[in-house]
Amino acid sequence: MRVLLVGTGRILYYLARQFSRKKILVTIVTPYATEARELSRRTASSVLEGDGTDPRVLEEAGAYQADALLSLMPNDEDNLVVCQIANRVYRVPRTIALVNDPENEEIFHQLNVSVAISATRILSILLEEQAGFEEISRIVSLAEGTVSVSEVILREDGPAAGSTIESLELPAEALIGGIIRKGTVLIPKGGTRLEAEDRLILVATEASLEPALRILTGEPAA
Amino acid sequence: MSGSGFLGNIVIVGCGRLGSSLANRLSQAGSRVVIIDRSRSSFSLLEPGFSGFRVTGDAAERNVLVEASIQEADCLIAATEKDTLNLMVAQVARHVFSVPKVLARVYDPKRETVFLDAGIEIVSPTRLMVDTFLAAVRARQESA
Repeated sequence: MRVLLVGTGRILYYLARQFSRKKILVTIVTPYATEARELSRRTASSVLEGDGTDPRVLEEAGAYQADALLSLMPNDEDNLVVCQIANRVYRVPRTIALVNDPENEEIFHQLNVSVAISATRILSILLEEQAGFEEISRIVSLAEGTVSVSEVILREDGPAAGSTIESLELPAEALIGGIIRKGTVLIPKGGTRLEAEDRLILVATEASLEPALRILTGEPAA
Repeated sequence: MSGSGFLGNIVIVGCGRLGSSLANRLSQAGSRVVIIDRSRSSFSLLEPGFSGFRVTGDAAERNVLVEASIQEADCLIAATEKDTLNLMVAQVARHVFSVPKVLARVYDPKRETVFLDAGIEIVSPTRLMVDTFLAAVRARQESA
């Protein structure tokens, strides 16, 4: 597998090191001469000093042979154009962009960047979860964030402990997919009675998550 | 469209020499112009007669475009000094906000070809100048 890394900063070095351990061939394109020298001294990657938004520089870096490209520049407009040039001109099958402004994530998808990663958004989700209710933790977001899987721990004094699932009247688009009770997994049925300390795996759409959490814990989502 | 009035809503991104000249002319001709620039001091290039609106901010941010009433725009001109920013703003205007007419200045002819099919019109100062110089050189050879 061949990967092109375009950008600046220490993250290039760490990624190149990580990839080369996995036997992935890495070529780095970076705009600054000092950084290019440093990277070629410290990594096994080929390093090219140049502007990654220039199609000829990408071509020289081997874009025609690349299986994936990661663009890690500090400006969103540069990452977008690098990914678009790589995809349209050199047919790089997978282009991944760092999105600095989380509001651009959706825009990047609309403009055909395969994956747009917003560090700002990931960090703010982590922060909100830490600061929020400890009995609720979001495990994963699916389908572009419209569906989430959360783990909910029932407190003894919570509204759901002692009730059967069918009596809770959860929203139609919220589903308890599993119950972890004292280390064993129970498959929930309508008549299953919930107990304090149960860990519920809750699958819910964005709209039904908050009402479902209120029913299970008595608290609105963070 | 020089001289004659173009009545419509126009968003111009970048208040440098090109952006400000366009804004001054279009505003005089009767268009409703909104001009965006990252730095407030750039607006000093606008003439006292400019009757449009100024928005300070980074046009790569969706909110800034919304603040400039992009939803009501008939035309957007991306005229910053930076090719990649112009290309991004132009594509967002065309494909996210469905602005009917979108023009972008792109200096580097190598980048231009990539975006020819992206639904935006690209104006390349480099190409225009090359064409003008070549035409002048030919005219001279023919008259000699």
